[in-house]
Amino acid sequence: MTTSAEEDTASAGESTAATTAPVRPVAAAAPRRRRPWPRYALRAASLLAALGLWQLLTTLKVTLWLRFAQFPTVTQVAHTFAGRLGTGAYWQDLTDSLTRILTGFALAAVLGVVVGTAIARSPLASDLLSPVLEVLRPIPAIALVPVAILLFPSNEQGIVFITFTAAFFPVMVSTRHAVRALTPVWEEAVLTMGGGRWRVLGSVVLPGALPGILGGLSVGIGVSWICVISAEMISGAYGVGYRTWQDYTIVDYPGVFVGMTTIGLLGWLTSTAVELAGRRLTRWLPRTENTAPSAYLIRKGTP
Amino acid sequence: MLGRPGAPVLHGLDLDVPPGEVLTVVGPSGCGKSTLLRTLAGLLPVLGGRVTQDDEPLVRPHADRALIFQDDALLPWRTVHANVELPLVIRGVPRAARRARAAEWLERVGLTGHARRLPHQLSGGQRQRVQLARALAGAPRAVLMDEPFGALDAQTRAGMQRLLVEVLDGTHATVVFVTHDVDEAVFLGDRIALLDGAGTARVLGVPHPRERAAHDAAATVALRRQVLESLGSLGT
Repeated sequence: MTTSAEEDTASAGESTAATTAPVRPVAAAAPRRRRPWPRYALRAASLLAALGLWQLLTTLKVTLWLRFAQFPTVTQVAHTFAGRLGTGAYWQDLTDSLTRILTGFALAAVLGVVVGTAIARSPLASDLLSPVLEVLRPIPAIALVPVAILLFPSNEQGIVFITFTAAFFPVMVSTRHAVRALTPVWEEAVLTMGGGRWRVLGSVVLPGALPGILGGLSVGIGVSWICVISAEMISGAYGVGYRTWQDYTIVDYPGVFVGMTTIGLLGWLTSTAVELAGRRLTRWLPRTENTAPSAYLIRKGTP
Repeated sequence: MLGRPGAPVLHGLDLDVPPGEVLTVVGPSGCGKSTLLRTLAGLLPVLGGRVTQDDEPLVRPHADRALIFQDDALLPWRTVHANVELPLVIRGVPRAARRARAAEWLERVGLTGHARRLPHQLSGGQRQRVQLARALAGAPRAVLMDEPFGALDAQTRAGMQRLLVEVLDGTHATVVFVTHDVDEAVFLGDRIALLDGAGTARVLGVPHPRERAAHDAAATVALRRQVLESLGSLGT
């Protein structure tokens, strides 16, 4: 049925197919490539160098316009950190903050995708919702603290509301753009197979817009952290942000740094989780294999 | 009157495609070939006049009328197999049955070994074969093809034409095939519809449909010349 000559001309005619064809079948069948160890070593070294610089500047109490004299050293912070890890209060603050951000973010993800899709696909939804949302969008979520206090019976719900608002807009806007940018041919194909509106939404719009939506989710989780911490600092209902501010008011600088480190680590953890989940869901995307060892180490070899 | 709302392209077109026929459609670019096809698929509303199937007005897309696009109509996140299975999923065919049918169609288009690959891992010709399998797996009564081999090189295109004739055999599907390649139109069609810029069609019968050997037969050569001349006189 197919001659090999036909195959050859077919792939030669397409530059993308010609370059990926010899590699792809193997890559698809084999387990996914791991990042080679030199890259991990490099990443660890970058982190250690930053810590080393910090330690150096603070132990030498360097004052070159910037003043490191009052700055806690890495060892002081590590010591305080180790002490805090043994207390129940630390873990309580951590779970409080995580619960708030995950609730707010989850709500924002679902509603952001739903509203973004509705606005992109329905002129009526766009006319009804866009004006209100566009006026609300420029207001920084943290400026909504008075609104949250007025609206919600408890601090807890207010903080979740602020976190939600922070993540909602990036998710909604990126969903709207991604849905509008979809190739109409995909939808037409499903329609001519007899698919209805829900089939088009489930089989074309959501999977097709997903790469764009994930960008919004990545931005959203970052903004959520900013807002959950700020809201905790203002409203004073425990959590990592509250604790950090508390330490600052009693001039416990190592404590402040423990708080900041905790926020940094949690933020990194959650955004990595979003990133990994996203990469799993969009494995179908044609990628340039820049994580492959060959691309990293032998780049000079290729003309 | 057919076209996109506010931008009618075809006026006064009168065309009848009997069941089981292969009608090829040629015409200068912008004459409304794609508009005609999308209207037949039910994707575009009829601006004036009537478009019917079995005397019933045709208003919306239906699995009865599959559409094959020029390129990139496969869902890139679905494997080749899952793409071919999609019309069966939409119809609610049970899992085991649809697996078997998708596998059977992939075999007919010669892509059994590629079932688990993604569309972007295939060549342009292979992707069009997947589209063909996907369209026919749903057992449509009509297949509407919008320059399906237009982006392929000459050799692949000839192979695809052969394959199309082969797989259509035994399906009794009615085919409307839009092309800008006169040779393709003369080879594949039972009849050729020539669209002119004004939106009317002239329909010509093909003497030896789907016979490669008749490429140089006198009647075929005459028809080809006639088609080329009328296209030329339209001043493309």
